[in-house]
Amino acid sequence: MNRVIVLLKDAVDLSELKVDPSTRKPLLEGAKRRIGELDKRALEEALRIKEREGGEVCTLTVGDEGSRTPLLEALAMGADKAYIVNIGTGVWVDTLTTSILLEAAVRRLTPFDLILCGEMSLDSLSSQMGPRLAELLDLPQITYVKQLAIEGGRLKAVRDLEDADEVVQADLPAVVSVSREINEPRIPSLMSIMKARSKPIITFDIASLDVSPEIVSGEQSIEIISVEAPQVERKRIIVKGETIEESVEKLVHHLVTEGVLEVR
Amino acid sequence: MTGKGVMVYSEDKELELQLLRKGREFADKLNGPLSTVSLSREPIDADELIRYGADRVFLYKDPGFDLDIETYRAALLMAVKRASPEVILIGSTRRGRELAPRIASALGTGCMTECIELEIDERGDLLARRLVYGGSAVALERSRNRPHVATVPPRVFRRAEPSERTGEVMELGIEKPKPRTIVVERREKSRGGEALENARIIVAAGRGFRRREDLKLLEELARVLGAEIGCTRPLAADNGWLNEWIGISGHKVKPQLYIACGISGTVQHLAGIRDSQVIVSINKDESANIFQASDYGLVGDLYTILPLLTGTLRRIKGEPI
Ligand SMILES: Cc1cc2nc3c(=O)[nH]c(=O)nc-3n(C[C@H](O)[C@H](O)[C@H](O)COP(=O)(O)OP(=O)(O)OC[C@H]3O[C@@H](n4cnc5c(N)ncnc54)[C@H](O)[C@@H]3O)c2cc1C
Repeated sequence: MNRVIVLLKDAVDLSELKVDPSTRKPLLEGAKRRIGELDKRALEEALRIKEREGGEVCTLTVGDEGSRTPLLEALAMGADKAYIVNIGTGVWVDTLTTSILLEAAVRRLTPFDLILCGEMSLDSLSSQMGPRLAELLDLPQITYVKQLAIEGGRLKAVRDLEDADEVVQADLPAVVSVSREINEPRIPSLMSIMKARSKPIITFDIASLDVSPEIVSGEQSIEIISVEAPQVERKRIIVKGETIEESVEKLVHHLVTEGVLEVR
Repeated sequence: MTGKGVMVYSEDKELELQLLRKGREFADKLNGPLSTVSLSREPIDADELIRYGADRVFLYKDPGFDLDIETYRAALLMAVKRASPEVILIGSTRRGRELAPRIASALGTGCMTECIELEIDERGDLLARRLVYGGSAVALERSRNRPHVATVPPRVFRRAEPSERTGEVMELGIEKPKPRTIVVERREKSRGGEALENARIIVAAGRGFRRREDLKLLEELARVLGAEIGCTRPLAADNGWLNEWIGISGHKVKPQLYIACGISGTVQHLAGIRDSQVIVSINKDESANIFQASDYGLVGDLYTILPLLTGTLRRIKGEPI
């Protein structure tokens, strides 16, 4: 095995995302950023492949200097090197532009055997990078993978589709996007967290890549006009009696009053 | 018909008929034809596609074996080349979701996935609403380039009404591309879930259930309530205890009563239940997030509470406890 490239998004940490109560807009400025859960599973899979097959694991992120902090977690998990395509702080690019930047950076990381990514990022929920890179790099594409193995230099994967599980084979190199069920990502030890600080984080400037800088500075194909967190008013009543039996009685009483029970 | 029109495609029959409704509306607005591609394991009859609103059907004949992404891609791109539509709508099954961004990249355009509302504005831009931030927020997005590419999940639009109309049927005329992935095995899954989406009452299980047998507690509650049984993703996808789950990546439900048992209330799960009328939760952790999203909460052990709840309801019903 040569190199496995894992695409990691510098994403909004959903568990800490707050909403402005008056405007119902998510407070994105200064929101904590983190590698998302699915991306970590892609990285975990890469690390397991490395443990079996050798080679090195590189991560690749479109972000800015601030992406270094979330990437430390990836290095602590065991990635050998992290690469950032630096588009500058506060710059937003759409999925089309992101994929073109990733493609250009991947071409700089040749030779590689495998590109792994999550089936989607949990903040923007787009699920586009795997398929877009397969198209741009002209490689086999395997999505929604919940089991992955390398057998005799070929990939064998189980894909989770709505109507069936498909067992598929493909030649390397390939682009694989993984589902939540593929593995449980490791939690780095204190020791590996310390060691991560001395691992290389390498930045590509746009000018150093084979792309036109206008794709970043210019108008994007997709524009986000607004984002709102619609409020669903809930009563949030904690039902409590002297005993648990009484609490249950009270709950049933509430439900009868609401008219939602259909005890026939 | 003067403009360049619209193309819709899904390999899922019901979703295809839903896309034909929206596609027809857009095509009429743009004053162009509505095209579609007949390509799936069990293709819909071309005449039927026309009755449901298509003006042009591109046929891809390839019976008998599994289709891989290269085939879908080549067929769609050929159809796009021949029809040059301004808007391309693709059904958001998993196959559709891996196809749409590929088509978009091949065409050098943007793509909006999982759109729950779609509209064409006076400039001809496509506006969409889609869920973001794990399903906790809704973004309004604009596609400025042409053609617009968007994916649409099931049941966002009602299916089109059939009528007697005429249209053209054309062979796509492509060679089957060399597959790059070989399907060596296909394990069919039983599908369901319509019952969940139409249910008036749902009782749902999370990882608070320790063993599969324990779901009996929920089944008994479901029986007395006339409820459907749902669950969180780990119970179905990791444990295989049930087939279908509720949430952003599963079924979106809208019952009058939703009872969440041993469910922590992650954004991904909540995104599937927000249209419920009344939400009740039972959880032993008083700080569990599900209580923030509930109307009524009971703090306690579901193993104690569920039999009591079932017993109380049976008593009201006049059944033996
Ligand atoms: C891309 C992606 C998509 C996803 N989509 C979905 C989705 O559509 N739907 C979904 O559900 N999840 C989804 N998930 C998973 C989601 O992130 C959570 O893992 C999942 O919702 C947690 O399920 P849970 O609440 O059953 O388990 P947990 O979070 O483990 O919660 C278990 C709860 O049970 C309580 N409990 C334990 N014992 C008892 C007891 N004896 N009595 C009472 N309470 C008890 C605990 O206090 C805890 O709150 C997705 C994840 C990813 C990465």
